Amino acid sequence: MKKLTSPQALARYRESLRAASGPGSLRVRACTGTACSAGKSHQVVAAMEEEAKKRGIELEVVKTGCQGLCQKGPVMNLEPSGIFYQRVRPEQVPDLVTYTFQRGAPYRQSLFRQDILSEPVTAMQDIPFYKKQVRIALRNNGHIDPRDITQYIAGDGYAALEHALSSMTPDGVMEEVDRAHVRGRGGAGFPAGRKWKHTRNAPGDIKLVIANGDEGDPGAFMDRAIMEGDPHSLIEGMLLCAYAIGARYGFVYVRHEYPLAVENLRTAIGQAEKLGLLGNNILGTGFSFALDVREGAGAFVCGESTALVASIEGERGFPRPRPPRLSEPVGGLWGFPSNLNNIETYACIPPVVLRGAEWFRSIGTESSPGTKVFALTGKVKNTGLVEVPMGITLREVIYDIGGGILGDRKFKAVQTGGPSGGCIPEKYLDMPVDFDSLWKAGSMMGSGGMVVMDETTCMVDVAKYFLSFTQSESCGKCPPCRLGTYHMLRILERITGGQGRQEDLDELERIARQVQKTALCGLGQGAPMPILSTLTYFRQEYEEHVNEKYCRARVCKGLGTFVINRKECILCGLCAEACAFDAVKETRDAYFIDQDYCTRCKACYTVCPSGAVRIVRSAEEADAPARRAEGDFQRVEDR
Amino acid sequence: MKVEKLQVDKAVGEVGKVLTEEQRARALLIHALQEIQKAHNYLPEDELKKLSRKLGIPLSEIYSTATFYKQFYFAPRGRNVACVCTGTACHVRGAGDILEAFEQEFGISEGETTEDKSLTLETVGCVGCCGLAPVVTVNEEVVGEVTRERFSEIVRDVRRRK
Repeated sequence: MKKLTSPQALARYRESLRAASGPGSLRVRACTGTACSAGKSHQVVAAMEEEAKKRGIELEVVKTGCQGLCQKGPVMNLEPSGIFYQRVRPEQVPDLVTYTFQRGAPYRQSLFRQDILSEPVTAMQDIPFYKKQVRIALRNNGHIDPRDITQYIAGDGYAALEHALSSMTPDGVMEEVDRAHVRGRGGAGFPAGRKWKHTRNAPGDIKLVIANGDEGDPGAFMDRAIMEGDPHSLIEGMLLCAYAIGARYGFVYVRHEYPLAVENLRTAIGQAEKLGLLGNNILGTGFSFALDVREGAGAFVCGESTALVASIEGERGFPRPRPPRLSEPVGGLWGFPSNLNNIETYACIPPVVLRGAEWFRSIGTESSPGTKVFALTGKVKNTGLVEVPMGITLREVIYDIGGGILGDRKFKAVQTGGPSGGCIPEKYLDMPVDFDSLWKAGSMMGSGGMVVMDETTCMVDVAKYFLSFTQSESCGKCPPCRLGTYHMLRILERITGGQGRQEDLDELERIARQVQKTALCGLGQGAPMPILSTLTYFRQEYEEHVNEKYCRARVCKGLGTFVINRKECILCGLCAEACAFDAVKETRDAYFIDQDYCTRCKACYTVCPSGAVRIVRSAEEADAPARRAEGDFQRVEDR
Repeated sequence: MKVEKLQVDKAVGEVGKVLTEEQRARALLIHALQEIQKAHNYLPEDELKKLSRKLGIPLSEIYSTATFYKQFYFAPRGRNVACVCTGTACHVRGAGDILEAFEQEFGISEGETTEDKSLTLETVGCVGCCGLAPVVTVNEEVVGEVTRERFSEIVRDVRRRK
């Protein structure tokens, strides 16, 4: 590869690449993202290549990044037949090759099925999971090999850069992004164009561009997918930003837990430099931009922009008071005005520049144009990455794309926005998903995690879970967050442990509001959100924990009354063995639980093979015969 | 990696041209700590002293930065590291039980290392593999959809890889 010295040279290079890859050749696009790799996709790919070689089939195997449907991994797409295979196991490959390439029929065992009884689906676009998706940020994910720049260029790669450098002024690029109203995909939804303008108009010659890839929210992995599966669209987005604001240096800050993302980004940067798309005098236009990757070291708070800057500078990752903002002098990295956006935001920029703001605004809603990538996880049938137009309803995402709740249980809530977001109850299922409506419902878009919960999830436990996360990740700089999260966590532990009092709920709310108002950074201000939203929508569950000492989801230990239903008991005796407190007593023909000894540790409940051990609200609910036996027994004891 | 071999300019990159000497040394700090940890599996004190002399940053400040981040360790760790993901999706699909099973199986609690140095048990906020929840990583390898059987497999592997 030699350096491309002008935008025209890049265009010619793209043409030659397209001509070289004929449309008719046999191709397999196999996912080698993190989840599919965990499902042995690398062995599948190796077996595929070997099998093709053995039979003399001309087969090109493309190792792509995440294709989205992680639940059914390893997945692959075939060209030109358009067949989509899922859950492919290495030992199936010989048969799969025989059917697909030699007999020209799909290999039925690996096709997608909605459930056991329905007909398998052959094509990717016919699968409900993919049907409603519109891919902008993930446009190349699962389609190209992230380690090969030529595949990116052969698509529309660097075409936006070429267009900008040859026929747009920096102001023109800025205007286009501003008119497209691209809102920050990191969660807060601040318009990117305004941020860019702010940075460009700041005094000083040296400006920086930073991409925030410190995706620490539990349950979110969209940035990871882009960095691992399509690093060049991030690089191109950053280049366009640098061109618009006149920046010379850029950094991608990547979480330490994403080693593959770091590796793929470094490879991509190396290849782009070789082609003259990064570095000095890009495409011979005199525009220069140097890009570096910086690794984090395991601190959630470094996803906060000022803490991220501190971390790159080599300090402790403490957030800094704002103003000055990052885009102002003194506020940015090493004091230079810096523009910081999320990975997904940058990935949306090239299509916006190439196709224009009107096209982008035609997707999504008036106030939140475009698409958003969500990591759909939790108790849904099809988990994975989905990119949908803004304004789609939660119901469509969960039931049409996600395929509904696991085991067809009852939906309880969906948690959006990670630890700073909230839980949205069933009554808002038909609400459109965009920045503003989520905000109104007491949650937030956040980075795009969407965790579905069903009736077996305890909302108090969920609030406790998020709080224990924020409490342990609190950097400790400001007292409201350091002390507030600790106190709230203690109260929640009391409530879930069966020691809750009615006044705890008011106390919890009071502290939560205070922390929200007084914490220094987004971590602290957002930490009470899960509590406040669950208190608003699921207050009944809190009150049951406090007043009736009962957890309806049967998650919290130390709550409820344990009884053995004699009709379902198979007299195996496992519960008696499991009990460390000798609370399970036996009579001649039954087992029962002695409430005086029971510590509600759930050991018997977990071990019972027939579901005879039940947790009920109160002893009155238990079935009568068992209780009578209990009473008799106790009377004998008393004598 | 030898601290002596650390090339400040190369590691800092282009931006080094517009930074002061002090900023350059600082910017290199976390990268240098990561390199040391890669070589030794933890941060030995002698190496940190060498680093302090090389970069001209007081040892106390190096420790101040290093102790802030969860990824740095100041004592040797086990030959195998099992990391239970406790992200939201894993949490609602039973990560707590897996952690408990590990603790019982090896008699250590989270963050500890077994006496024979065969295993260090850790938790992580989220591995970003939520589609396969619950997830455990064993030395960089991701194991998804951990069931009782899979857990037993992991235990067997760890015991075999003494």
